[in-house]
Amino acid sequence: MKRAGFANPWLPILLLVPQLTIIAVFFYWPAAHAIQSSFFLQDPFGFGSTFVGLENYADLLGNKEYLKVAGFTVVFTLLVTFLSLGLALLLAVKADNVIRGAKTYRTLLMWVYAVAPPVAGFIGILMFDQSTGPLTAFFQSLGWDFKLGVVYSDTAFAMVTVSVWKQVPVNFIFFLSGLHSIPVAVREAALIDNRSASGRFWDVTFPLLAPTGFFLLITNITYALFDTFGVIDTLVKGEPGNNPMNLVYKVYVDGFRGNDLGGSSAQSVILMVLVLALTVFQFRLVERRIHYT
Amino acid sequence: MMTDTLTETPTLVQPKAPLLRWRVITDHAVLIVGALFMLMPLVLVFTTASLPDAEIVKHGLQLRIGDQLDDNFTKAMFETSGFTDANSGLVMLKNSMILGVGFAVGKIVLGMMAAYALVYFRLRFALFAFWVIFTTLLLPLEVRILPSYEVIQGLGLMNTYTGLIVPLIASATATFFFRQFFRSVPEELVEAARIDGAGPLKFFIDILVPLSRTMIAAMFIIMFVYGWNQYLWPTMITTDEGMFTLVRGIKQITQVLEGTNLPEYGRANLLAIIAVLPPVAIVVFFQSWFVKGLTDSDK
Repeated sequence: MKRAGFANPWLPILLLVPQLTIIAVFFYWPAAHAIQSSFFLQDPFGFGSTFVGLENYADLLGNKEYLKVAGFTVVFTLLVTFLSLGLALLLAVKADNVIRGAKTYRTLLMWVYAVAPPVAGFIGILMFDQSTGPLTAFFQSLGWDFKLGVVYSDTAFAMVTVSVWKQVPVNFIFFLSGLHSIPVAVREAALIDNRSASGRFWDVTFPLLAPTGFFLLITNITYALFDTFGVIDTLVKGEPGNNPMNLVYKVYVDGFRGNDLGGSSAQSVILMVLVLALTVFQFRLVERRIHYT
Repeated sequence: MMTDTLTETPTLVQPKAPLLRWRVITDHAVLIVGALFMLMPLVLVFTTASLPDAEIVKHGLQLRIGDQLDDNFTKAMFETSGFTDANSGLVMLKNSMILGVGFAVGKIVLGMMAAYALVYFRLRFALFAFWVIFTTLLLPLEVRILPSYEVIQGLGLMNTYTGLIVPLIASATATFFFRQFFRSVPEELVEAARIDGAGPLKFFIDILVPLSRTMIAAMFIIMFVYGWNQYLWPTMITTDEGMFTLVRGIKQITQVLEGTNLPEYGRANLLAIIAVLPPVAIVVFFQSWFVKGLTDSDK
């Protein structure tokens, strides 16, 4: 709060009421409801529900299919995060180096940011189409019989590729802005001290980009966990079948299609705990970051 | 280290020029490959949208311009599909606009009001309100999607713009952003305004809002794109085809490709382009605001 504020008693309350009301109705109420129904077993015919304690959670952790989905989520999240961060960092360093055309490259590399995930998935379907997709044809020329939607690992490959493609621009923008904020004096000093460009990058640039990198790491994990829903749903054409899927997609499939409210709520709660842990981790990093910048 | 560079310098001066040129060439090569990776899929979708359906079915995406662009455009904009014949491209475009603008405006207005109350007033429960609001940053809508759906159903808000927009606003990103900005506004401004006899409302509307213009523009771009691109929530909350947004309609487009005698690939490609064009245009044209808004939000 500002030292020199206003002392009006009712105006701030009036200003806060709309936001607080929306949050109460559409955030706290549903979140509480999810936690509550994760302890109940819903009757499939709608005749009330019975309290089952932690049974829904125990069922999940003993369920082979759920563990498989969880395993895929971990691999998928790691691949998407590191590939999109790595690619974006490479492109940002190069875009920071060049003098001619820097602005054009920047524009060309950032506009996919605005493409919606399901549209990215739709483009993926066309690129990886079994009979006419240009990428499928390319893989076949290399001797890889690529089959989207049929072979588990091929579908997973397409999901990772499309998700990375969609995420590179955001990371690129942040890395480039991080590079721009490195003072000229530091760059020049590094140039005198260290003749090799890769040496300069690892010794000076990379550590100075670390705060941006930490921030992006969390953002990218969140992206891979939640925002890839549209990519996955479009690539499997709404038919999960034997295709790979991540945890959020499973919440949707079990709860919305399968009507297993208790199980789906328990899955939601597990995800909530996961995100909370990530956020706490992020806040602690941000605190540390204030100390050394 | 010092002696090293000193003794090495004379020998290194000679090959420096060609080395530098070589580095510039590789830099550009990497950037061109990167730009092609990012762009080619969209370019292919665009060129293919100008071809007749029969050819797309046979050969897939192609890098050449045909003469069917206007024909496919008319089909995408005005032809309907689905069961109720209510989701022409035009209707979906309208719905996407309402979602994008409604979400951005709602988020900015509520966020500014709440941030103003938190920063400029002496409030007894300020700390409590702060935590209540900022806890929402922790959990995205996706993890509480089913109970949220039930709340909307209970309130009878299925297939309404209110049901589509308001639950998405229940998060504090804009509030957080404006709180940071208001705190950076010099204290002297409030003092001066008070000495001049300006009340809190006058100060807010005549001084703080005009001062936040750039911030509002940056937030608007980011929030518009975010709202426009929503998928999971609109998929759950709109069952009436007249309420579909373009991004939500994509699923139906891909399902139409299966099964029919001659899948309407040209129409599907054009709908995808229409779904992508407005947010891309905003991001490209207002690039500097957009980049500022995006990178400032992590501070």
